[in-house]
Amino acid sequence: MAEREQIKKTSTKTDEEVVDDLPEKSKKGEELKAELDDLLDEIDEVLEENAEDFVRSYVQKGGQ
Amino acid sequence: MAIVKVLGLETEYGIIIRGAAEPNPIAASSTLINAYVAELSRRVRWDFEDESPGNDARGFARDGAMPPEVETHLVNAVLTNGARYYVDHAHPEYSTPECADVYDAVLYDKAGELILARSVEVASRLLPPGQSLVVLKNNSDGKGNSYGTHENYLMDRSVPFARIVQHVMPHFVSRQIFTGAGKVGSEAASTGGIDVRFQLTQRADFFEEEVGLETTLKRPIVNTRDEPHCDAGKYRRLHVIVGDANLSEVATFLKVGTTALVLAMIEDDWFTRAGDRYFTLQSPVAAMRRVSYDTGLSTPIVLADGRRMTALELQWEHLDLARKYAEDRGLDAVGGPETGREILRRWEQVLGALESDPLELATTLDWVAKYRMLEGYRDRHGLDWGDPKLAALDLQYHDVRPSRSLYARSGMERLFTDEQVARAVTEPPETTRAYFRGKCLQRWAASIAAANWDSVVFDLGRDPLRRVPMMEPLRGTKAHVDALLESVSTPAELLERLGS
Repeated sequence: MAEREQIKKTSTKTDEEVVDDLPEKSKKGEELKAELDDLLDEIDEVLEENAEDFVRSYVQKGGQ
Repeated sequence: MAIVKVLGLETEYGIIIRGAAEPNPIAASSTLINAYVAELSRRVRWDFEDESPGNDARGFARDGAMPPEVETHLVNAVLTNGARYYVDHAHPEYSTPECADVYDAVLYDKAGELILARSVEVASRLLPPGQSLVVLKNNSDGKGNSYGTHENYLMDRSVPFARIVQHVMPHFVSRQIFTGAGKVGSEAASTGGIDVRFQLTQRADFFEEEVGLETTLKRPIVNTRDEPHCDAGKYRRLHVIVGDANLSEVATFLKVGTTALVLAMIEDDWFTRAGDRYFTLQSPVAAMRRVSYDTGLSTPIVLADGRRMTALELQWEHLDLARKYAEDRGLDAVGGPETGREILRRWEQVLGALESDPLELATTLDWVAKYRMLEGYRDRHGLDWGDPKLAALDLQYHDVRPSRSLYARSGMERLFTDEQVARAVTEPPETTRAYFRGKCLQRWAASIAAANWDSVVFDLGRDPLRRVPMMEPLRGTKAHVDALLESVSTPAELLERLGS
Protein backbone atom coordinates (compact mmCIF):
# COMPACT_ATOMS: atom_id res chain seq x y z
CA MET A 1 0.00 0.00 0.00
CA ALA A 2 2.75 2.43 1.03
CA GLU A 3 4.57 1.62 -2.18
CA ARG A 4 1.55 2.39 -4.28
CA GLU A 5 1.08 5.76 -2.60
CA GLN A 6 4.70 6.62 -3.22
CA ILE A 7 4.33 5.87 -6.91
CA LYS A 8 1.33 8.15 -7.03
CA LYS A 9 3.18 11.02 -5.34
CA THR A 10 6.17 10.94 -7.64
CA SER A 11 4.04 10.48 -10.71
CA THR A 12 1.99 13.60 -10.06
CA LYS A 13 5.10 15.77 -10.40
CA THR A 14 4.70 16.15 -14.14
CA ASP A 15 2.03 15.15 -16.61
CA GLU A 16 4.56 13.05 -18.48
CA GLU A 17 5.12 10.81 -15.47
CA VAL A 18 1.41 10.37 -14.94
CA VAL A 19 1.15 9.08 -18.48
CA ASP A 20 4.07 6.73 -17.78
CA ASP A 21 2.20 5.39 -14.80
CA LEU A 22 -0.76 4.15 -16.83
CA PRO A 23 0.96 1.54 -19.03
CA GLU A 24 2.70 0.29 -15.86
CA LYS A 25 -0.64 -0.39 -14.19
CA SER A 26 -2.33 -1.87 -17.20
CA LYS A 27 0.71 -4.07 -17.70
CA LYS A 28 0.08 -5.59 -14.31
CA GLY A 29 -3.54 -6.13 -15.28
CA GLU A 30 -2.34 -7.70 -18.53
CA GLU A 31 -0.02 -10.03 -16.63
CA LEU A 32 -2.82 -11.17 -14.37
CA LYS A 33 -5.07 -11.73 -17.35
CA ALA A 34 -2.35 -13.68 -19.16
CA GLU A 35 -1.87 -15.84 -16.09
CA LEU A 36 -5.57 -16.58 -15.91
CA ASP A 37 -5.64 -17.27 -19.66
CA ASP A 38 -2.83 -19.81 -19.26
CA LEU A 39 -4.70 -21.43 -16.39
CA LEU A 40 -7.91 -21.58 -18.43
CA ASP A 41 -5.99 -23.13 -21.34
CA GLU A 42 -4.76 -25.83 -18.98
CA ILE A 43 -8.25 -26.41 -17.64
CA ASP A 44 -9.48 -26.84 -21.20
CA GLU A 45 -6.79 -29.47 -21.67
CA VAL A 46 -7.26 -31.55 -18.51
CA LEU A 47 -10.96 -31.12 -17.65
CA GLU A 48 -12.76 -34.48 -17.80
CA GLU A 49 -13.80 -34.95 -21.41
CA ASN A 50 -17.33 -35.97 -20.67
CA ALA A 51 -18.02 -33.51 -17.89
CA GLU A 52 -21.70 -34.33 -17.67
CA ASP A 53 -21.06 -38.06 -17.27
CA PHE A 54 -18.27 -37.41 -14.76
CA VAL A 55 -20.50 -35.23 -12.60
CA ARG A 56 -23.43 -37.66 -12.86
CA SER A 57 -21.34 -40.70 -11.97
CA TYR A 58 -19.64 -39.04 -9.01
CA VAL A 59 -21.99 -40.25 -6.27
CA GLN A 60 -20.68 -40.91 -2.77
CA LYS A 61 -22.02 -42.68 0.24
CA GLY A 62 -22.36 -40.11 3.01
CA GLY A 63 -19.54 -40.27 5.51
CA GLN A 64 -18.81 -38.38 8.66
CA MET B 1 -2.22 -22.03 31.75
CA ALA B 2 -3.25 -23.41 28.38
CA ILE B 3 -1.69 -26.76 27.48
CA VAL B 4 0.16 -27.39 24.23
CA LYS B 5 -2.39 -27.90 21.47
CA VAL B 6 -1.33 -31.28 20.15
CA LEU B 7 -3.31 -31.62 16.95
CA GLY B 8 -4.12 -33.75 13.97
CA LEU B 9 -6.30 -33.83 10.84
CA GLU B 10 -8.41 -36.70 9.48
CA THR B 11 -9.69 -36.67 5.93
CA GLU B 12 -12.23 -38.93 4.26
CA TYR B 13 -11.51 -38.79 0.55
CA GLY B 14 -14.15 -39.15 -2.14
CA ILE B 15 -13.63 -42.12 -4.47
CA ILE B 16 -15.11 -43.60 -7.66
CA ILE B 17 -14.04 -46.08 -10.26
CA ARG B 18 -14.99 -44.62 -13.59
CA GLY B 19 -16.13 -47.17 -16.15
CA ALA B 20 -17.16 -49.78 -13.56
CA ALA B 21 -20.61 -51.30 -14.13
CA GLU B 22 -21.51 -51.48 -10.44
CA PRO B 23 -19.63 -49.00 -8.31
CA ASN B 24 -18.59 -50.40 -4.95
CA PRO B 25 -16.90 -47.64 -2.95
CA ILE B 26 -15.89 -49.94 -0.08
CA ALA B 27 -14.18 -52.35 -2.46
CA ALA B 28 -12.61 -49.44 -4.32
CA SER B 29 -11.28 -47.96 -1.07
CA SER B 30 -9.89 -51.33 0.02
CA THR B 31 -8.24 -51.88 -3.35
CA LEU B 32 -6.70 -48.43 -3.15
CA ILE B 33 -5.23 -48.84 0.32
CA ASN B 34 -4.26 -52.49 -0.16
CA ALA B 35 -2.34 -51.58 -3.27
CA TYR B 36 -0.44 -48.93 -1.34
CA VAL B 37 0.36 -51.04 1.70
CA ALA B 38 1.34 -53.97 -0.51
CA GLU B 39 4.18 -51.71 -1.57
CA LEU B 40 5.27 -51.38 2.02
CA SER B 41 7.15 -54.11 3.84
CA ARG B 42 4.47 -55.37 6.19
CA ARG B 43 1.06 -54.14 7.13
CA VAL B 44 0.53 -53.36 10.80
CA ARG B 45 -2.93 -53.91 12.13
CA TRP B 46 -4.59 -51.12 14.08
CA ASP B 47 -5.47 -52.00 17.68
CA PHE B 48 -8.95 -50.98 18.72
CA GLU B 49 -8.70 -51.97 22.37
CA ASP B 50 -9.03 -48.46 23.75
CA GLU B 51 -11.46 -47.05 21.24
CA SER B 52 -14.86 -45.99 22.50
CA PRO B 53 -16.39 -43.56 20.02
CA GLY B 54 -19.73 -43.66 21.86
CA ASN B 55 -18.31 -41.82 24.85
CA ASP B 56 -19.73 -38.35 25.07
CA ALA B 57 -17.98 -35.22 26.32
CA ARG B 58 -21.13 -34.24 28.17
CA GLY B 59 -20.50 -37.17 30.48
CA PHE B 60 -22.42 -40.18 29.18
CA ALA B 61 -21.98 -43.04 26.76
CA ARG B 62 -24.64 -43.35 24.09
CA ASP B 63 -26.64 -46.56 24.02
CA GLY B 64 -26.14 -48.64 20.94
CA ALA B 65 -23.05 -46.86 19.68
CA MET B 66 -21.29 -49.38 17.48
CA PRO B 67 -17.77 -50.34 18.46
CA PRO B 68 -15.43 -50.18 15.49
CA GLU B 69 -14.67 -53.94 15.57
CA VAL B 70 -17.27 -54.35 12.84
CA GLU B 71 -14.84 -52.69 10.48
CA THR B 72 -11.66 -54.50 11.44
CA HIS B 73 -11.91 -56.78 8.44
CA LEU B 74 -11.35 -53.75 6.31
CA VAL B 75 -7.94 -52.42 5.50
CA ASN B 76 -6.38 -50.56 8.34
CA ALA B 77 -2.73 -49.61 8.30
CA VAL B 78 -0.36 -47.64 10.47
CA LEU B 79 2.36 -45.89 8.52
CA THR B 80 5.96 -45.15 9.43
CA ASN B 81 5.20 -41.43 9.57
CA GLY B 82 2.90 -42.24 12.48
CA ALA B 83 -0.30 -41.77 10.46
CA ARG B 84 -3.24 -44.13 10.08
CA TYR B 85 -4.63 -45.06 6.65
CA TYR B 86 -7.87 -47.05 6.49
CA VAL B 87 -11.35 -47.53 5.08
CA ASP B 88 -14.11 -45.70 6.90
CA HIS B 89 -17.74 -45.26 5.84
CA ALA B 90 -17.01 -46.29 2.25
CA HIS B 91 -14.17 -43.79 1.94
CA PRO B 92 -10.40 -44.04 2.17
CA GLU B 93 -9.39 -42.08 5.24
CA TYR B 94 -6.02 -40.70 6.26
CA SER B 95 -5.33 -39.47 9.79
CA THR B 96 -2.18 -37.45 10.30
CA PRO B 97 0.08 -38.34 13.19
CA GLU B 98 -0.18 -36.19 16.31
CA CYS B 99 1.60 -32.87 15.77
CA ALA B 100 2.71 -30.33 18.38
CA ASP B 101 3.17 -27.54 15.88
CA VAL B 102 0.72 -26.08 13.38
CA TYR B 103 3.29 -26.27 10.57
CA ASP B 104 3.67 -30.00 11.18
CA ALA B 105 -0.10 -30.47 10.94
CA VAL B 106 -0.07 -28.83 7.50
CA LEU B 107 2.94 -30.86 6.38
CA TYR B 108 1.45 -34.21 7.40
CA ASP B 109 -1.90 -33.31 5.85
CA LYS B 110 -0.08 -32.66 2.56
CA ALA B 111 1.83 -35.94 2.99
CA GLY B 112 -1.60 -37.58 3.09
CA GLU B 113 -2.45 -36.15 -0.33
CA LEU B 114 0.77 -37.58 -1.73
CA ILE B 115 0.02 -40.98 -0.17
CA LEU B 116 -3.41 -40.98 -1.80
CA ALA B 117 -1.93 -39.91 -5.15
CA ARG B 118 0.63 -42.74 -4.98
CA SER B 119 -2.13 -45.15 -3.99
CA VAL B 120 -4.16 -44.18 -7.05
CA GLU B 121 -1.12 -44.76 -9.21
CA VAL B 122 -0.37 -48.28 -7.91
CA ALA B 123 -4.03 -49.32 -7.62
CA SER B 124 -4.79 -48.19 -11.18
CA ARG B 125 -2.44 -50.90 -12.48
CA LEU B 126 -4.80 -53.49 -10.99
CA LEU B 127 -7.90 -52.20 -12.78
CA PRO B 128 -9.28 -53.76 -15.95
CA PRO B 129 -8.87 -51.73 -19.15
CA GLY B 130 -11.44 -48.97 -19.50
CA GLN B 131 -11.62 -48.29 -15.78
CA SER B 132 -9.94 -45.51 -13.88
CA LEU B 133 -9.76 -44.53 -10.27
CA VAL B 134 -10.68 -41.00 -9.20
CA VAL B 135 -9.93 -39.80 -5.66
CA LEU B 136 -10.92 -36.33 -4.53
CA LYS B 137 -9.93 -34.42 -1.41
CA ASN B 138 -13.24 -32.64 -0.96
CA ASN B 139 -16.32 -33.04 1.25
CA SER B 140 -19.34 -33.38 -1.01
CA ASP B 141 -20.50 -35.12 -4.16
CA GLY B 142 -22.76 -32.21 -5.05
CA LYS B 143 -25.82 -34.43 -4.61
CA GLY B 144 -26.39 -34.10 -0.89
CA ASN B 145 -23.80 -36.61 0.33
CA SER B 146 -21.03 -35.29 2.52
CA TYR B 147 -17.92 -36.82 4.09
CA GLY B 148 -15.67 -35.18 6.59
CA THR B 149 -12.38 -33.52 7.27
CA HIS B 150 -11.93 -33.47 11.01
CA GLU B 151 -9.54 -31.54 13.20
CA ASN B 152 -8.45 -32.73 16.64
CA TYR B 153 -7.07 -30.56 19.42
CA LEU B 154 -5.77 -31.66 22.81
CA MET B 155 -7.41 -29.78 25.64
CA ASP B 156 -7.22 -29.64 29.41
CA ARG B 157 -9.91 -31.90 30.86
CA SER B 158 -10.62 -29.41 33.64
CA VAL B 159 -12.00 -26.79 31.22
CA PRO B 160 -15.81 -26.85 31.41
CA PHE B 161 -17.20 -28.17 28.12
CA ALA B 162 -19.94 -25.52 28.14
CA ARG B 163 -17.24 -22.83 28.00
CA ILE B 164 -15.66 -24.48 24.96
CA VAL B 165 -19.04 -24.63 23.21
CA GLN B 166 -19.85 -21.02 23.98
CA HIS B 167 -16.65 -19.51 22.67
CA VAL B 168 -15.64 -21.82 19.87
CA MET B 169 -19.01 -21.64 18.10
CA PRO B 170 -18.68 -18.02 16.83
CA HIS B 171 -15.17 -18.84 15.58
CA PHE B 172 -16.38 -21.95 13.73
CA VAL B 173 -19.08 -19.92 12.01
CA SER B 174 -16.94 -16.92 11.10
CA ARG B 175 -13.65 -18.67 10.19
CA GLN B 176 -15.41 -20.06 7.10
CA ILE B 177 -14.37 -16.91 5.24
CA PHE B 178 -10.82 -18.29 5.01
CA THR B 179 -11.29 -22.03 5.64
CA GLY B 180 -13.84 -22.59 2.86
CA ALA B 181 -12.85 -24.72 -0.13
CA GLY B 182 -15.69 -23.29 -2.23
CA LYS B 183 -18.60 -25.06 -3.90
CA VAL B 184 -20.88 -24.54 -6.87
CA GLY B 185 -24.52 -24.36 -5.76
CA SER B 186 -26.13 -25.58 -2.57
CA GLU B 187 -27.24 -28.98 -1.26
CA ALA B 188 -29.30 -27.68 1.66
CA ALA B 189 -33.02 -28.51 1.78
CA SER B 190 -33.64 -24.78 2.04
CA THR B 191 -31.35 -21.83 1.40
CA GLY B 192 -33.75 -19.34 2.94
CA GLY B 193 -34.68 -17.91 -0.43
CA ILE B 194 -31.08 -17.15 -1.44
CA ASP B 195 -30.05 -18.07 -5.00
CA VAL B 196 -26.76 -19.84 -4.24
CA ARG B 197 -24.58 -20.08 -7.34
CA PHE B 198 -21.32 -20.41 -5.47
CA GLN B 199 -20.65 -20.60 -1.74
CA LEU B 200 -17.56 -20.33 0.42
CA THR B 201 -17.63 -23.85 1.90
CA GLN B 202 -18.26 -27.48 1.06
CA ARG B 203 -19.72 -28.34 4.45
CA ALA B 204 -22.04 -25.55 5.70
CA ASP B 205 -25.06 -27.09 3.95
CA PHE B 206 -24.82 -30.16 6.16
CA PHE B 207 -25.01 -28.80 9.71
CA GLU B 208 -28.33 -29.09 11.50
CA GLU B 209 -27.56 -28.92 15.22
CA GLU B 210 -25.48 -26.74 17.51
CA VAL B 211 -24.03 -29.42 19.78
CA GLY B 212 -24.12 -33.22 19.65
CA LEU B 213 -22.40 -36.57 19.22
CA GLU B 214 -23.43 -37.36 15.65
CA THR B 215 -21.05 -37.11 12.70
CA THR B 216 -23.07 -38.63 9.87
CA LEU B 217 -26.65 -37.47 10.52
CA LYS B 218 -27.92 -34.20 11.95
CA ARG B 219 -24.34 -33.04 12.14
CA PRO B 220 -23.60 -30.62 15.00
CA ILE B 221 -21.34 -27.55 14.76
CA VAL B 222 -19.65 -28.60 18.00
CA ASN B 223 -19.11 -32.34 18.21
CA THR B 224 -19.12 -33.91 21.66
CA ARG B 225 -17.20 -37.12 20.93
CA ASP B 226 -15.04 -37.77 23.96
CA GLU B 227 -12.35 -40.24 23.06
CA PRO B 228 -9.03 -38.69 24.03
CA HIS B 229 -6.67 -41.54 23.00
CA CYS B 230 -4.51 -40.55 25.97
CA ASP B 231 -4.83 -39.96 29.72
CA ALA B 232 -8.56 -39.24 29.98
CA GLY B 233 -8.18 -37.90 33.51
CA LYS B 234 -6.03 -35.04 32.25
CA TYR B 235 -7.05 -34.47 28.68
CA ARG B 236 -9.89 -34.10 26.27
CA ARG B 237 -9.56 -34.32 22.48
CA LEU B 238 -11.83 -31.75 20.89
CA HIS B 239 -13.09 -33.37 17.70
CA VAL B 240 -13.96 -30.68 15.15
CA ILE B 241 -16.15 -31.68 12.22
CA VAL B 242 -17.18 -28.32 10.71
CA GLY B 243 -14.14 -27.75 8.53
CA ASP B 244 -13.56 -28.21 4.80
CA ALA B 245 -10.78 -30.27 3.23
CA ASN B 246 -8.24 -27.68 2.17
CA LEU B 247 -5.70 -28.09 -0.60
CA SER B 248 -4.23 -24.67 0.14
CA GLU B 249 -1.42 -24.96 2.66
CA VAL B 250 -2.08 -21.44 3.90
CA ALA B 251 -5.79 -22.21 4.42
CA THR B 252 -4.97 -25.32 6.47
CA PHE B 253 -2.34 -23.36 8.42
CA LEU B 254 -4.89 -20.68 9.27
CA LYS B 255 -7.75 -23.11 9.92
CA VAL B 256 -5.72 -25.06 12.44
CA GLY B 257 -3.62 -22.17 13.73
CA THR B 258 -6.43 -19.75 14.53
CA THR B 259 -8.52 -22.52 16.08
CA ALA B 260 -5.64 -23.72 18.27
CA LEU B 261 -5.17 -20.13 19.45
CA VAL B 262 -8.87 -19.66 20.17
CA LEU B 263 -8.90 -22.93 22.13
CA ALA B 264 -5.86 -21.84 24.14
CA MET B 265 -7.71 -18.59 24.92
CA ILE B 266 -10.73 -20.60 26.04
CA GLU B 267 -8.57 -22.69 28.34
CA ASP B 268 -7.24 -19.52 29.94
CA ASP B 269 -10.76 -18.06 30.08
CA TRP B 270 -9.50 -15.15 28.01
CA PHE B 271 -12.89 -14.11 26.60
CA THR B 272 -13.97 -13.35 30.18
CA ARG B 273 -10.67 -11.99 31.45
CA ALA B 274 -10.40 -9.58 28.52
CA GLY B 275 -13.61 -7.92 29.72
CA ASP B 276 -16.46 -10.34 28.95
CA ARG B 277 -15.96 -10.15 25.21
CA TYR B 278 -18.61 -12.68 24.21
CA PHE B 279 -19.83 -13.24 20.66
CA THR B 280 -22.58 -15.79 21.28
CA LEU B 281 -24.71 -16.04 18.14
CA GLN B 282 -28.48 -15.99 18.11
CA SER B 283 -28.84 -18.86 15.60
CA PRO B 284 -25.49 -20.55 14.87
CA VAL B 285 -26.89 -23.17 12.45
CA ALA B 286 -28.56 -20.54 10.26
CA ALA B 287 -25.45 -18.36 10.57
CA MET B 288 -23.20 -21.18 9.26
CA ARG B 289 -25.09 -21.14 5.97
CA ARG B 290 -25.58 -17.41 5.86
CA VAL B 291 -21.83 -16.87 6.08
CA SER B 292 -21.08 -19.57 3.52
CA TYR B 293 -23.60 -18.12 1.02
CA ASP B 294 -22.29 -14.58 1.45
CA THR B 295 -19.53 -14.35 -1.16
CA GLY B 296 -19.63 -10.56 -0.79
CA LEU B 297 -18.65 -11.01 2.88
CA SER B 298 -21.06 -8.26 3.87
CA THR B 299 -24.13 -9.86 5.47
CA PRO B 300 -24.33 -9.29 9.21
CA ILE B 301 -25.20 -12.10 11.62
CA VAL B 302 -27.25 -11.44 14.72
CA LEU B 303 -25.64 -12.01 18.11
CA ALA B 304 -27.54 -13.16 21.18
CA ASP B 305 -27.17 -9.68 22.71
CA GLY B 306 -28.72 -8.06 19.64
CA ARG B 307 -25.53 -6.80 17.99
CA ARG B 308 -25.11 -7.42 14.27
CA MET B 309 -21.64 -8.28 12.95
CA THR B 310 -20.30 -9.70 9.71
CA ALA B 311 -18.10 -12.81 9.81
CA LEU B 312 -15.19 -10.56 8.88
CA GLU B 313 -15.89 -8.27 11.83
CA LEU B 314 -16.14 -11.29 14.14
CA GLN B 315 -12.78 -12.51 12.89
CA TRP B 316 -11.16 -9.09 13.46
CA GLU B 317 -12.47 -9.25 17.05
CA HIS B 318 -10.98 -12.71 17.53
CA LEU B 319 -7.66 -11.57 16.08
CA ASP B 320 -7.61 -8.57 18.41
CA LEU B 321 -8.27 -10.83 21.41
CA ALA B 322 -5.59 -13.26 20.24
CA ARG B 323 -3.00 -10.49 19.90
CA LYS B 324 -3.62 -9.32 23.44
CA TYR B 325 -3.57 -12.93 24.61
CA ALA B 326 -0.21 -13.50 22.92
CA GLU B 327 1.25 -10.42 24.63
CA ASP B 328 -0.02 -11.48 28.02
CA ARG B 329 0.33 -15.27 27.97
CA GLY B 330 2.74 -16.01 25.15
CA LEU B 331 2.33 -18.47 22.29
CA ASP B 332 3.74 -21.68 23.74
CA ALA B 333 0.39 -23.45 23.40
CA VAL B 334 0.47 -23.18 19.59
CA GLY B 335 4.01 -24.30 18.80
CA GLY B 336 6.05 -21.44 20.28
CA PRO B 337 6.58 -17.74 19.49
CA GLU B 338 7.79 -18.22 15.93
CA THR B 339 4.84 -20.29 14.75
CA GLY B 340 2.44 -18.26 16.88
CA ARG B 341 3.54 -14.92 15.46
CA GLU B 342 3.22 -16.31 11.94
CA ILE B 343 -0.35 -17.37 12.68
CA LEU B 344 -1.15 -13.81 13.84
CA ARG B 345 0.63 -12.23 10.87
CA ARG B 346 -1.10 -14.35 8.24
CA TRP B 347 -4.44 -14.04 10.02
CA GLU B 348 -4.22 -10.24 9.79
CA GLN B 349 -2.98 -10.32 6.21
CA VAL B 350 -5.82 -12.55 5.03
CA LEU B 351 -8.53 -10.59 6.86
CA GLY B 352 -7.12 -7.38 5.39
CA ALA B 353 -7.20 -8.77 1.86
CA LEU B 354 -10.69 -10.23 2.32
CA GLU B 355 -11.79 -6.75 3.33
CA SER B 356 -10.14 -4.82 0.50
CA ASP B 357 -10.08 -7.21 -2.46
CA PRO B 358 -10.61 -10.98 -1.95
CA LEU B 359 -9.26 -11.73 -5.44
CA GLU B 360 -5.81 -10.82 -4.11
CA LEU B 361 -6.08 -14.19 -2.36
CA ALA B 362 -6.52 -16.19 -5.60
CA THR B 363 -3.24 -17.98 -4.92
CA THR B 364 -3.72 -18.14 -1.14
CA LEU B 365 -7.19 -19.48 -0.29
CA ASP B 366 -9.06 -22.38 -1.86
CA TRP B 367 -12.45 -20.74 -2.26
CA VAL B 368 -10.97 -17.68 -3.95
CA ALA B 369 -8.79 -19.78 -6.28
CA LYS B 370 -11.78 -21.88 -7.27
CA TYR B 371 -14.04 -18.87 -7.68
CA ARG B 372 -11.56 -17.16 -9.99
CA MET B 373 -11.26 -20.31 -12.12
CA LEU B 374 -15.02 -20.75 -12.34
CA GLU B 375 -15.64 -17.11 -13.26
CA GLY B 376 -12.84 -17.16 -15.84
CA TYR B 377 -14.09 -20.39 -17.37
CA ARG B 378 -17.68 -19.20 -17.40
CA ASP B 379 -16.63 -16.02 -19.10
CA ARG B 380 -14.46 -17.77 -21.71
CA HIS B 381 -17.10 -20.31 -22.72
CA GLY B 382 -20.24 -18.31 -21.97
CA LEU B 383 -21.59 -20.87 -19.48
CA ASP B 384 -24.46 -20.64 -17.02
CA TRP B 385 -23.78 -21.44 -13.39
CA GLY B 386 -25.81 -24.64 -13.82
CA ASP B 387 -23.53 -26.01 -16.55
CA PRO B 388 -22.09 -29.47 -15.73
CA LYS B 389 -18.66 -28.28 -16.90
CA LEU B 390 -18.55 -25.94 -13.91
CA ALA B 391 -19.60 -28.75 -11.56
CA ALA B 392 -16.84 -30.89 -13.09
CA LEU B 393 -14.32 -28.10 -12.63
CA ASP B 394 -15.41 -27.80 -8.98
CA LEU B 395 -14.81 -31.54 -8.41
CA GLN B 396 -11.58 -31.67 -10.35
CA TYR B 397 -10.04 -28.86 -8.29
CA HIS B 398 -9.74 -31.56 -5.59
CA ASP B 399 -8.39 -34.46 -7.71
CA VAL B 400 -5.32 -35.95 -6.00
CA ARG B 401 -3.73 -36.99 -9.32
CA PRO B 402 -1.18 -34.37 -10.35
CA SER B 403 -2.13 -35.02 -13.98
CA ARG B 404 -5.71 -33.95 -13.26
CA SER B 405 -5.62 -31.65 -10.24
CA LEU B 406 -6.77 -28.11 -10.98
CA TYR B 407 -5.51 -26.97 -7.57
CA ALA B 408 -2.02 -28.00 -8.69
CA ARG B 409 -2.36 -25.68 -11.70
CA SER B 410 -3.56 -22.63 -9.81
CA GLY B 411 -0.14 -21.35 -8.69
CA MET B 412 -0.98 -21.56 -5.00
CA GLU B 413 1.44 -20.31 -2.37
CA ARG B 414 3.34 -23.11 -0.66
CA LEU B 415 4.64 -23.45 2.88
CA PHE B 416 6.63 -26.60 2.10
CA THR B 417 8.68 -27.95 -0.77
CA ASP B 418 7.83 -31.19 -2.60
CA GLU B 419 10.89 -32.76 -0.95
CA GLN B 420 9.66 -31.90 2.53
CA VAL B 421 6.25 -33.38 1.80
CA ALA B 422 7.79 -36.54 0.34
CA ARG B 423 9.94 -36.98 3.44
CA ALA B 424 6.86 -36.65 5.66
CA VAL B 425 5.33 -39.65 3.87
CA THR B 426 7.79 -41.92 5.68
CA GLU B 427 9.30 -39.88 8.54
CA PRO B 428 7.29 -39.12 11.70
CA PRO B 429 7.04 -35.70 13.37
CA GLU B 430 9.75 -35.32 16.00
CA THR B 431 7.92 -33.59 18.82
CA THR B 432 5.11 -36.00 19.79
CA ARG B 433 4.70 -39.68 20.65
CA ALA B 434 4.16 -40.30 16.90
CA TYR B 435 7.97 -40.27 16.73
CA PHE B 436 8.24 -43.42 18.84
CA ARG B 437 5.43 -45.15 16.92
CA GLY B 438 6.90 -44.26 13.54
CA LYS B 439 10.47 -45.17 14.40
CA CYS B 440 9.44 -48.54 15.89
CA LEU B 441 7.51 -49.29 12.69
CA GLN B 442 10.45 -48.29 10.52
CA ARG B 443 12.78 -50.66 12.34
CA TRP B 444 10.67 -53.52 13.63
CA ALA B 445 7.38 -53.71 11.72
CA ALA B 446 7.65 -57.52 11.65
CA SER B 447 7.65 -57.61 15.46
CA ILE B 448 4.75 -55.22 15.92
CA ALA B 449 1.40 -56.94 16.29
CA ALA B 450 -0.61 -53.75 16.48
CA ALA B 451 -0.25 -50.04 16.92
CA ASN B 452 -2.70 -47.53 18.25
CA TRP B 453 -2.62 -43.82 19.07
CA ASP B 454 -1.79 -44.62 22.67
CA SER B 455 0.16 -47.88 22.46
CA VAL B 456 2.47 -50.07 20.43
CA VAL B 457 2.02 -53.83 20.88
CA PHE B 458 5.05 -56.03 20.24
CA ASP B 459 4.98 -59.71 19.34
CA LEU B 460 8.38 -61.18 20.11
CA GLY B 461 7.36 -64.63 19.00
CA ARG B 462 6.55 -65.85 22.49
CA ASP B 463 3.52 -65.13 24.68
CA PRO B 464 2.31 -62.79 25.91
CA LEU B 465 2.20 -59.81 23.55
CA ARG B 466 3.98 -56.85 25.08
CA ARG B 467 2.14 -53.56 25.12
CA VAL B 468 3.99 -50.27 25.41
CA PRO B 469 1.49 -47.67 26.58
CA MET B 470 1.82 -44.06 25.35
CA MET B 471 -0.74 -42.16 27.37
CA GLU B 472 1.13 -38.84 27.14
CA PRO B 473 1.03 -37.31 23.63
CA LEU B 474 4.15 -35.25 24.33
CA ARG B 475 6.27 -38.19 25.52
CA GLY B 476 8.08 -40.49 23.13
CA THR B 477 9.49 -37.56 21.15
CA LYS B 478 12.82 -37.56 19.39
CA ALA B 479 14.38 -35.76 22.36
CA HIS B 480 13.03 -38.42 24.72
CA VAL B 481 13.69 -41.66 22.87
CA ASP B 482 16.29 -41.15 20.16
CA ALA B 483 19.24 -42.03 22.39
CA LEU B 484 17.38 -45.09 23.64
CA LEU B 485 16.44 -46.22 20.12
CA GLU B 486 20.03 -45.70 18.95
CA SER B 487 21.35 -47.82 21.80
CA VAL B 488 19.29 -50.94 21.09
CA SER B 489 19.34 -53.27 18.11
CA THR B 490 16.31 -55.52 18.73
CA PRO B 491 12.76 -54.98 19.96
CA ALA B 492 13.47 -57.36 22.84
CA GLU B 493 16.28 -55.09 23.96
CA LEU B 494 14.05 -52.07 23.62
CA LEU B 495 11.36 -53.63 25.79
CA GLU B 496 13.91 -54.68 28.36
CA ARG B 497 15.24 -51.13 28.56
CA LEU B 498 11.69 -49.76 28.81
CA GLY B 499 10.97 -52.24 31.57
CA SER B 500 7.66 -53.25 30.05
